[in-house]
Amino acid sequence: MFETLFWTFSKIWAVLIPLFIGVAYFTYFERRVIGHMQDRRGPNRVGYKGLLQPFADALKLLFKEITVPTHANRVLFLLAPALSIGPAVAVWAVIPFADGWVVADINAGLLYILAMTSLGVYGIIVAGWASNSKYALLGTLRASAQVVSYEIAMGFALVGVLMAAGTMNLSGIVEAQAGPFWNWFWLPLLPLFLVYWISGVAETNRAPFDVAEGESEIVAGFHVEYSGMAFAVFFLAEYANMILICVIAAIMFLGGWYSPFHGLPVLGPALDWVPGIVWLLLKACFFAFCYLWFRATFPRYRYDQIMRLGWKVLIPVTVVWLVVLTVLIYAGVGPWF
Amino acid sequence: MEQAVFYLFAAILLFAATMVITVRNPVQAALFLVLAFFNAAVLWVLVGAEFLGIALVVVYVGAVMVLFLFVVMMLDITAAPMREGFARYLPVGILVAVLMVLQLGVVILSDDVALVGGLIPEPAADADNIRAIGTVLYTVYVYPFEIAAVILLVAIVAAITLTLRRRQGTKHQNIEEQLSANKANRLRVLKMEAEPRQGGEGAERQ
Repeated sequence: MFETLFWTFSKIWAVLIPLFIGVAYFTYFERRVIGHMQDRRGPNRVGYKGLLQPFADALKLLFKEITVPTHANRVLFLLAPALSIGPAVAVWAVIPFADGWVVADINAGLLYILAMTSLGVYGIIVAGWASNSKYALLGTLRASAQVVSYEIAMGFALVGVLMAAGTMNLSGIVEAQAGPFWNWFWLPLLPLFLVYWISGVAETNRAPFDVAEGESEIVAGFHVEYSGMAFAVFFLAEYANMILICVIAAIMFLGGWYSPFHGLPVLGPALDWVPGIVWLLLKACFFAFCYLWFRATFPRYRYDQIMRLGWKVLIPVTVVWLVVLTVLIYAGVGPWF
Repeated sequence: MEQAVFYLFAAILLFAATMVITVRNPVQAALFLVLAFFNAAVLWVLVGAEFLGIALVVVYVGAVMVLFLFVVMMLDITAAPMREGFARYLPVGILVAVLMVLQLGVVILSDDVALVGGLIPEPAADADNIRAIGTVLYTVYVYPFEIAAVILLVAIVAAITLTLRRRQGTKHQNIEEQLSANKANRLRVLKMEAEPRQGGEGAERQ
């Protein structure tokens, strides 16, 4: 028993340590990429080309004092960052990084992802309420309404994947897409793919759906009262969730660990030496770059427009496409079904 | 090992459930209810009902309680007036509690159900919870399932019609009009003749 426990713990850390390093460098690349998009350099002083900048930031936050506002609910105020990071890292248990590279290969993987991502909103709610601050409460209301709304569209988009693959096991979903890039689910599920990606951006409260932070309206939203490490934990959870959305998008719609030329005559065997995780991370990096690209490109949505987009556009699109998908599966169309 | 996990989560569940009804602050009560739901989900997963357990988290913890907290957070509820009726409602509360315990006892102790000793049948090693539930739900129980869905839909429509109230004179935006706006009906470019300066600097000073 202790041997399995030991192995499980080793696997968990083998996922979490690269994840945290990934988060650190995601923040670095965000500042660099957006810097270049806005015709400036971004951080380039700490270390070679600024590569040590994220660690400098983390150290700075580590040494800052954590202040608790007056009349704040102290216990809940300090519990909120934990509530937000817990689900954000727990989801990674079911993510397959390559064939068989998964901590917990459970049958209800997709459902587990939905459950864990819906738990993340408690960190936001508790943080906003316990802060005893108007801005934090407003940010909380916005964030939770937005997350609850977009969760429906996101869930429906994933139902499409579940129908196409015929399984909720994430490794099974990837295996159902085996083959070159036109075999992947992004093609038959194109509208669902777009809906998933838009709701993924909205779920993580990122630009152009970042009214929950809305620094020009409500200062910084739900985490306005947090400082030091408590703030850093929220930051960590947000970026871990963003990377998660990218990786799930790659698994559900872009064939996970398969190379784009898998099963083709010449290119397929020629690229067989590349480990599967490289392909998965390359696909995820594309989405991660899109996150930064959106932030540098789009102006912020107005709040009522966000709600309208979620309820009146994305959800009807998913419902209609589920019907179309049923017909496609029933007729056995294409290389997919 | 499994028993230890069961007793741990069962103890937290009972503790959280007690806190829900004893804690003063309604927001904290709602958060304890979330904790109770979560622990109940863990117990379900422990007996092999993984679908039910995760569905409990998705539906109750992820959606229902979030909306519940939403309302509780925005209402300014003070705990004192809520305590006043405690003695008055106590007899009814005890009656309901006793009734529920009796009902549970009848179910657990009856020979037909045989929960005591018989326990829950061990699931097969390759049993796929979700596939089994899906198959049964959409073949054997398809009519009850669909009827339940329609009843829920009716409830939604009823709730919306009951609370829908069109007020006169509200300033809401016509989204369609906003979206169909273009340059032609927002912007007017005027051509004006350049006029000669009147007087000049010196004229103003006088």
